[in-house]
Amino acid sequence: MSFVVVDNIFQHYGRRPILERVSITAQEGEFVSIVGASGCGKSTFLRLLLDQERPTRGQITVDGQPLTGEPNRSRGIVFQRYSVFPHMTVRDNLVAAEALGANLFGILPSPKRRAARERAMASLDRIGLAHVAHQYPASLSGGMQQRLAIAQALAGKPRILLLDEPFGALDPGTREKMHAFLMDLRAETKMTVFMVTHDLPEAFKLGDRVLAFDKVRWDPHDPEAFGATITYDFDARDGGIPYQRIKEETHVLDATDETPPLASSG
Amino acid sequence: MVPFVLVLLAYAMGSEARRAVNPADKLLPAPAQIVETAARLVAEPDRRSGIILFWQDTASSLRRLALGVGIGAGLGLLFGLAIGLLPLVRTSFSGFVAVLSMVPPLAILPILFIVFGLGEVSKVALIAIGITPFLIRDLSARTSELPFEQLVKAQTLGASSLAIALRVALPQIMPRLIQAVRLSLGPAWLFLIAAEAIASQDGLGYRIFLVRRYLAMDVILTYVIWITVIAFALDWLLARLSRRLYPWAEVRA
Repeated sequence: MSFVVVDNIFQHYGRRPILERVSITAQEGEFVSIVGASGCGKSTFLRLLLDQERPTRGQITVDGQPLTGEPNRSRGIVFQRYSVFPHMTVRDNLVAAEALGANLFGILPSPKRRAARERAMASLDRIGLAHVAHQYPASLSGGMQQRLAIAQALAGKPRILLLDEPFGALDPGTREKMHAFLMDLRAETKMTVFMVTHDLPEAFKLGDRVLAFDKVRWDPHDPEAFGATITYDFDARDGGIPYQRIKEETHVLDATDETPPLASSG
Repeated sequence: MVPFVLVLLAYAMGSEARRAVNPADKLLPAPAQIVETAARLVAEPDRRSGIILFWQDTASSLRRLALGVGIGAGLGLLFGLAIGLLPLVRTSFSGFVAVLSMVPPLAILPILFIVFGLGEVSKVALIAIGITPFLIRDLSARTSELPFEQLVKAQTLGASSLAIALRVALPQIMPRLIQAVRLSLGPAWLFLIAAEAIASQDGLGYRIFLVRRYLAMDVILTYVIWITVIAFALDWLLARLSRRLYPWAEVRA
């Protein structure tokens, strides 16, 4: 059974349609990239998956359960900016991932806190941020902040990771490193990922599938009359050419073939 | 430093010129006389009560100021967070607070005197009422400026609304609170001195308005300089406190 099922959802803001007739299923462990022009509902779709908003029509189920209308621990999110808490040190940002949901006050009792700090240091060590553990996020570079944001989202052990243009503000070199970092983490955790991006090569490099959002109906006199939907669902495994290892069926005559089809039929 | 020296110099010259015409001039006492008066005020006990009035005035005024500003800051923080974080509270209260903040506090001082009497409560209440609306408006605006990404992130980490208020919003609002309190110290002094001038038995404002009857400019000037020093020291201490407690707020700036 499919892990995430999006069943014919529509999303309107007031009278303005954003998404229409969006249906998609995803398996557990799949990496789905989402691309499309600005303002065509990619981020809206991500917000719906996050459960930050409820669709006007239709339903999203995760593991058979319909969404409840409030973000919860089953999903982790990384935004382009502002994903980490500026008033906590790098280490405490990771500790907070465990502490915030621990009880009503979001404060861990001290023996648990010590253990959480040790775990936080261990994962900082692994992601190469141990040397800045006691600094505040503002003093970190953009790439380091995003690495921290991803680690923080993963520390909550979500089943689905949502990424909203996570590398959009990074320079190309840092972006390459972040791709490798994300691929490693994914190989380790095998979690389901949805990533919105504007970078097509990135979408195909990281994703198993690439969804393109666009408007299928377009009224030049009223550009906002119709919403967007998924127009393409590419298989992006093996760099976007998933069947390249399978011998292709060609209709071209092969000179090495001993019995050409035309000769045999004639 | 130069502007201070210039003002001092201008005063000294003005004082000199007036006393050259009338040696008994009371309006601009000589700097030396002010220093002499100040030395007498801070060291000599009152002949009748045996206590040094200068320090008693200072203690009374600071107690009123601390209580008033403390209560105002507490209310401002509580309502500011609630209005900034909870949409339901915002829709019902932010308009109310906006109107409330337009009520001139000094105009309701008579009401406070009638309701609370002429004692300490009415003075503390005036300071608290005077600065709380500003603090609520400032802090609620700062709270609602927190990036929603942070709040969503906290929710995905399982935080309850209370946990978001306590662990995400409150710590980030605290440096703003200190900043807002620094700004409202000016009005707080204004309300304090006004209340003391009208009905009091001690306090810095009371003393200034009392000795005005005797044209005791040396005493008034000593008190004014002292109030300025205290106000400046408080402002400086709050700024230091903010830097010390919330170093991350400086990194961003």
